[in-house]
Amino acid sequence: MLPDYDVIVVGAGHAGCEAAAAAANMGSTVLLITMNMQTIAQMSCNPAMGGVAKGQIVREVDALGGLSGIITDKTMIQFRMLNQSKGAAMWSPRAQSDRMKFAEEWRLSLEAIPNVDFWQEMVSGLLVKEGQVAGVRTSMGIEIKAKAVVLTNGTFLNGIIHIGEKNFGGGRTSEKAATGITEQLVELGFESGRMKTGTPPRVDGRSLNYNLMQEQPGDKNPGKFSYTDTQPLTKQRSCYITYTNEEVHEALKTGFEKSPMFTGRIQGLGPRYCPSVEDKINRFADKDRHQIFVEPEGWNTVEIYVNGFSTSLPEDVQYKALKKIPGFETVKMFRPGYAIEYDYFPPTQLHLTLETRLVQNLYFAGQINGTTGYEEAACQGLMAGINAHNKVHKKEPFVLQRSEAYIGVLIDDLINKGTEEPYRMFTSRAEYRILLRQDNADIRLTEKGYRLGLASEDRYRKMIEKKEQTARLINDLKQKKLAPESINHNLVEMDTAPVKEKVSALTLLRRPEITINNLLAIDPELASYLENYREEVRQQAEIAVKYESYIDKEEKTAERMRELENFQISQNFDYDRLVAMSREGRDKLKKIKPATIGQASRISGVSPSDISILMVYLGR
Amino acid sequence: MFRGKDLLLQRSHTVHFGALYDGETLLDEVVVTIFRSPHSYTREDVIEISCHGSEYIARLIIQSILKHGVRLAKPGEFTQRAFLNGRFDLTQAEAVADLIASDSDASHRTALNQMRGGFSRQIRALREQLIHFASLIELELDFGEEDVEFADRQDLHNLLLSIRKVVYDLVGSFQAGNAIKNGIPMVIAGKPNAGKSTLLNTLLREEKAIVSEIPGTTRDVIEDELVMEGIRFRLIDTAGLRETTDAIEAIGVARTREKIKIASLVLYLFDASITTPEQLEEELQEIRESGIPYIAVGNKWDLVRDRAGWEMQDHLVFISAAKDWQVDELKTRIVQMVHADQWKKTDTMVTNLRHYQSLRLTHDAITQVMTSLHSGISGDILALDIRTALQHMGEITGEITTDDLLDNIFSKFCIGK
Repeated sequence: MLPDYDVIVVGAGHAGCEAAAAAANMGSTVLLITMNMQTIAQMSCNPAMGGVAKGQIVREVDALGGLSGIITDKTMIQFRMLNQSKGAAMWSPRAQSDRMKFAEEWRLSLEAIPNVDFWQEMVSGLLVKEGQVAGVRTSMGIEIKAKAVVLTNGTFLNGIIHIGEKNFGGGRTSEKAATGITEQLVELGFESGRMKTGTPPRVDGRSLNYNLMQEQPGDKNPGKFSYTDTQPLTKQRSCYITYTNEEVHEALKTGFEKSPMFTGRIQGLGPRYCPSVEDKINRFADKDRHQIFVEPEGWNTVEIYVNGFSTSLPEDVQYKALKKIPGFETVKMFRPGYAIEYDYFPPTQLHLTLETRLVQNLYFAGQINGTTGYEEAACQGLMAGINAHNKVHKKEPFVLQRSEAYIGVLIDDLINKGTEEPYRMFTSRAEYRILLRQDNADIRLTEKGYRLGLASEDRYRKMIEKKEQTARLINDLKQKKLAPESINHNLVEMDTAPVKEKVSALTLLRRPEITINNLLAIDPELASYLENYREEVRQQAEIAVKYESYIDKEEKTAERMRELENFQISQNFDYDRLVAMSREGRDKLKKIKPATIGQASRISGVSPSDISILMVYLGR
Repeated sequence: MFRGKDLLLQRSHTVHFGALYDGETLLDEVVVTIFRSPHSYTREDVIEISCHGSEYIARLIIQSILKHGVRLAKPGEFTQRAFLNGRFDLTQAEAVADLIASDSDASHRTALNQMRGGFSRQIRALREQLIHFASLIELELDFGEEDVEFADRQDLHNLLLSIRKVVYDLVGSFQAGNAIKNGIPMVIAGKPNAGKSTLLNTLLREEKAIVSEIPGTTRDVIEDELVMEGIRFRLIDTAGLRETTDAIEAIGVARTREKIKIASLVLYLFDASITTPEQLEEELQEIRESGIPYIAVGNKWDLVRDRAGWEMQDHLVFISAAKDWQVDELKTRIVQMVHADQWKKTDTMVTNLRHYQSLRLTHDAITQVMTSLHSGISGDILALDIRTALQHMGEITGEITTDDLLDNIFSKFCIGK
């Protein structure tokens, strides 16, 4: 009934949408299958994109030619650059999104890609022939053929929702769970596990008293995610901060005996960094209050997301406790928070391309791999979509290194270390944090995206121009000499030491207290020159100058690591020959079959001395 | 550091006599053999240095070479390089690998034995402290938006100090043999006119330093040697630690600070006739922070009228240098201190050059972190410096992964919206 496709994507969340868009934009024919076309790109949890480390990922997705950045820019209601005081490597863009607009924009963007077809139904199984995927089977029994399949099932695989003592099957509030796929994959030899996550209640903004809360407005000069010419916001909506207190905690405790977490009904492991509010007060009993972020769900809706109050306690307990929060005295609840348990497949069963080891041309992306977060899902979807397309068209696999992108760190971690709890990106997971900044994702990745046929030529040219202008600006700052008599009074006024002889503008910029825009005030001639450059270029030059020695240091380390990354290990290598190696090291290497020495060195349980032995055996 | 023929001009497979120097100090007379690429074991340029048959001399030479930016080979690195450069085929490689494996097994045992003396406990504790500190910084970076408590900077500073002190002692234990032979560097510091030069002269009983009544007269660091109970001390007199506007004196003060850093023992001399106990506490702050053992010496005790308020403490001695009163008591204290220090150190002696190297790099990295902390540098760079320190520690105790940091964060702090 339906035509054959190059790529079928199962699931239309952040991962599925990026996968479908990437494969189709590169030239594959794509079928996107979702159980409900009304819920494409739903933000199931908080209405926000980005944040620390996650914002960097969104910019990387954008730089490669993915759509998350553009869609976020078009639908955000507030933008903040987090961590501004922590140094350029830590700056992290975060946006509050309009939930409904975000989903709509994604759907319209997908509809605008001619190669994307849609089908609304549950997929109940895969067609697998001789260790290779051949398509999918739907709940109605339709068989749809494809050369590659990307599974992005999110929390839907055998999803069970818990609220207090109640629990019922479901993939998301008021949506059915998906069945069949896990059972088939386990039969094929896959290992599966259970994970847990949760979401807070949604409430009516009209019932809140904001006077009792602290306003958290967007940035005065809001930025954006995409390197394309999307527009920054001209007006924004504020969030609000309030706190729990002892009364709230006492109210919550009355529900503990009915808590699915504490009574052991939930088996799956939840994320430690995103604990439910009952978990917080239980584990950190000495803290008498916890922060609550009151986040609007859109421009026009009154719906509010109560960030920090994730819970699976009985709904009446949730309601009672909410009312004790300052500003929430007369709160009306739209729907209670809940916990959800779902199946995932330990990601050590994947190649670095996100293709499964057991079934060729089958790719996994998003929560099915044990990750959490829209951004983490989106970037895996993008990478799976790219690699599915490349595999089908007999092109080289596309893998990013840890020194090239947070995306590289994420996938490398998943494949080599696996994850016991929902995996979220942190900047501390990256060893080359100074290199992986939000300001240079385009410089790091756009050329790669362009060569893949994903990032447009326009993007590529913009990036080259930015790079060239930055180099020129730095060079000019080096040439531009400033005399003491013309600048010293301005320096003193800025509270920085005067100079004794002529200095270059570059030397001044090296001072921690002087920013590139400070230079404008130091010398009028320099100011009129600098004004020829876009803010983005000026910032790029400033970071390059101020971080020079640190960037060099990390690049050198990365370079040494790259040598190991290029040191290939045959997939057939017989690790049993390494009698000198620890048994654990040998077993782990046999299981993961690392492609390179670099990858081998990051597998947990493989020690540095195991690696030395391996290298001695391998020679070159 | 080699004095003899210009080795760069010599042909492969030739042998040359010469002398190795560390600065102006003669280390040994040696013979250097040159192997030029590709005619060497590794197929790279190689020189071999043959010295006199003492492990001590060999270690001195290695230490000295390391200072010039050379690093030690990793286990099996020469063989590894030989492979990488195509010198061996796989069959040969397997044979060598067996050798190397057995070798590293043996050295593993040796290392374990070394560590039993408390070294391993200390390093492990140190690593935990450092991870705790790193977690705090990472916490600030990754969860800065959230309502988590960060340790205050002063606590962090104190933590760094104590870590550096331990690393310093361990580094020192490696150098102990060296120090006993070459003399234990002891700095006499104190405000101008506290009587430093007088004390020095009393100790030496000869006029070495310029003594005058004008504060700040001693502008150069003067070194002399003193033997007490068979222990050789290198006495270093210094210009005062006074904030100064005089340029030449400023250089002297900077040098004093430098000298304190390299000292094994600091005598902090103060004029007891014009100093209160509270003032002394304040003045000692900088030396305490350096983590170096010290004795506070109250000079001119004969002139002190009001002696109430001064409590007797282990690290406090009162003398009169000009009258040579209680100077022998001071000497006894110094020797006791050195003995105590050495005994403590033999308990946790670092004997492995590789460990020594990692510890030294750790010490440097921690110092760098402290500098960064003081200059108010941004967290991303601070974290980079801490990671460098952790990495050097990891070279001794094994792998450090970011998981350690995250585990620590999650177990100690309530985070997450």
